[in-house]
Amino acid sequence: MSDPAIVLPGTERVNAAVRKSANRKRKDFKQNNLVGYMFISPWLIGFFLFAFIPIAISLYLAFTNYHLLRGGEWVGLANFERMFTTDIRYGRAVLATFQYVLIAVPLRLVFALAVAMLLNTKRRGVYWFRAAYYIPSVIGGSVAVAVMWRQLFGGDGRVNEGVINTFIGYLGFERVNWFGNPQTAIWTLILLAVWQFGSPMLIFLAGLRQIPSELYEAAAIDGANASQQFFRVTLPLLTPIIFFNFVMQVISGFRVFTQAFVITAGGPLDSTLFYALYLYRRAFNDFQMGYASAMAWVLLLIIAFFTALNFRLSRYWVHYDTKEG
Amino acid sequence: MATLDQTLNFAAHKRQRQRQNLSRTIIYYTTVGLLAIVMLYPVAWLVASSFKPLDEIWSNVTSLIPSTLRFENYAEGWQGFGGITFQTFFGNSFLHAGLGTLFTVTSSAIVAYGFARVKFRGSGIWFSIMLLTLMLPSQILMIPQYIIFNELGWINTFLPLLVPRLGGDVFFIFMIVQFIRGIPIELDEAAMIDGTSKAGIFFRIILPQIVPALVTAAIFSFYWTWEDFLGPLIYLQSPQLYTVALALRAYTDTGSINNWGAVFAMLSLSLLPVILIFVFFQRFLVEGIATTGLKG
Repeated sequence: MSDPAIVLPGTERVNAAVRKSANRKRKDFKQNNLVGYMFISPWLIGFFLFAFIPIAISLYLAFTNYHLLRGGEWVGLANFERMFTTDIRYGRAVLATFQYVLIAVPLRLVFALAVAMLLNTKRRGVYWFRAAYYIPSVIGGSVAVAVMWRQLFGGDGRVNEGVINTFIGYLGFERVNWFGNPQTAIWTLILLAVWQFGSPMLIFLAGLRQIPSELYEAAAIDGANASQQFFRVTLPLLTPIIFFNFVMQVISGFRVFTQAFVITAGGPLDSTLFYALYLYRRAFNDFQMGYASAMAWVLLLIIAFFTALNFRLSRYWVHYDTKEG
Repeated sequence: MATLDQTLNFAAHKRQRQRQNLSRTIIYYTTVGLLAIVMLYPVAWLVASSFKPLDEIWSNVTSLIPSTLRFENYAEGWQGFGGITFQTFFGNSFLHAGLGTLFTVTSSAIVAYGFARVKFRGSGIWFSIMLLTLMLPSQILMIPQYIIFNELGWINTFLPLLVPRLGGDVFFIFMIVQFIRGIPIELDEAAMIDGTSKAGIFFRIILPQIVPALVTAAIFSFYWTWEDFLGPLIYLQSPQLYTVALALRAYTDTGSINNWGAVFAMLSLSLLPVILIFVFFQRFLVEGIATTGLKG
């Protein structure tokens, strides 16, 4: 691209702010509003059209009984009242989501950390094992894996033929009707989440590599054994990363949709009717978009609440000063 | 001075250490090896099942080695359903993920340069607002966006899935901004003294330097779009427009599948692009996650 065509009228303008800072080292960097806004305009236009305006509409809809085909009117707080008093399925959705987040997130992080510890070594071939453990996370969000997962656990009435049940049979235990029982259906989704521990594992691994080896040498000289080294050196120094992973995983845990949609379809008896799934059904199957918008705002509040809670609790267990570790 | 006794003692000690190390090595590789088998078994099972003869899929279910390779599974699966073959679905998916990624990465790079290297009034505020939108659950935007696109008559086209991509992606903008900030500003200054415009600096100096960040962004963008289910589910209605994700769901949702070999063949095939990219670009992926905390 040739330069003269691109030079904009504003480029040469030297404004007061720059003149004031003319003695600064980087005086060549003029403030340049027009050029700046030109560069960020794709995001700025996108933000107004696809985020700002929709947010305003969504906030309005949350207080209406808007129906995609029938329209709607202002109903005040009625949507929220319905959510917390008469809508039994909403309560079940919240409960199922909490159950999922509270079990799947810690399990996933424990696995991620354990495997990262295992891979934090200079042994040969570690590179390949790291890749192997990460593959499930790369493909895990896809419909293909969800369909496969349902078959592994003997979906579609194939209780005796599923892979997992066949292995359970080999071990001499009784086969489980995974999708027929509200207690077990959610575990298929939890196990899928645990299987995909790749991303937090990589983040933990990067964190483990940052810990100076002198600390371990010093601990060893003081007579600390492996478990003491883990609890007194590794774990305290990793707490900022554990915290980061925990916050991110809780946020994404509340938004799980595809897996529940394909693998369990919310059943049986709404035991896996996750928040995002129930919201989708209200909005796009029942077209109750006012009610679904209200649900979306409550979801935002729930996520914000848990994120804030995490930050507040973090001061009791997260060490940011490495010297204290 | 080392006496003979000491030397012998040392040698014995060393042998013992070596024996200990050997057994530790064996235990280590057994552990990571077994774990790798458990992790990869489901995928291997899927691929193996896609080659099994139909009567073998459920009767010899845990086996990873088909008695004979039945390639017809792939030919039969490719036929798709309702007279539409998987050629259409894969075409749609490549269009969706390809164009979507192109739009996202191009816009993200341009916007990131603006935030990282141009001084303008309000840049700090806009940057903060941009990062705040990361907190927003997509569920809030989903419904009003649908209403807007419905008014525009865009339902059942790819427009709602592609046009918003022209605004870039906040995750990637942030990542590229961080990357640009790591490039020595003296390069920009030298070019500026030579009379190069901001746009010229972007294309000649910054763009060649940020290629690794762009590759990382492109890989993640492709993955997320290829695997996206909710977007196509909401906006694409006629099977002619189905992406692979949507088609697989429709294909397996009928409840009366008798050709599971064909289903498993198409499931495997849909994972192939993702796995190929992973194999070739593993380095970018691993670094992208480890340094920015991007989710895979």
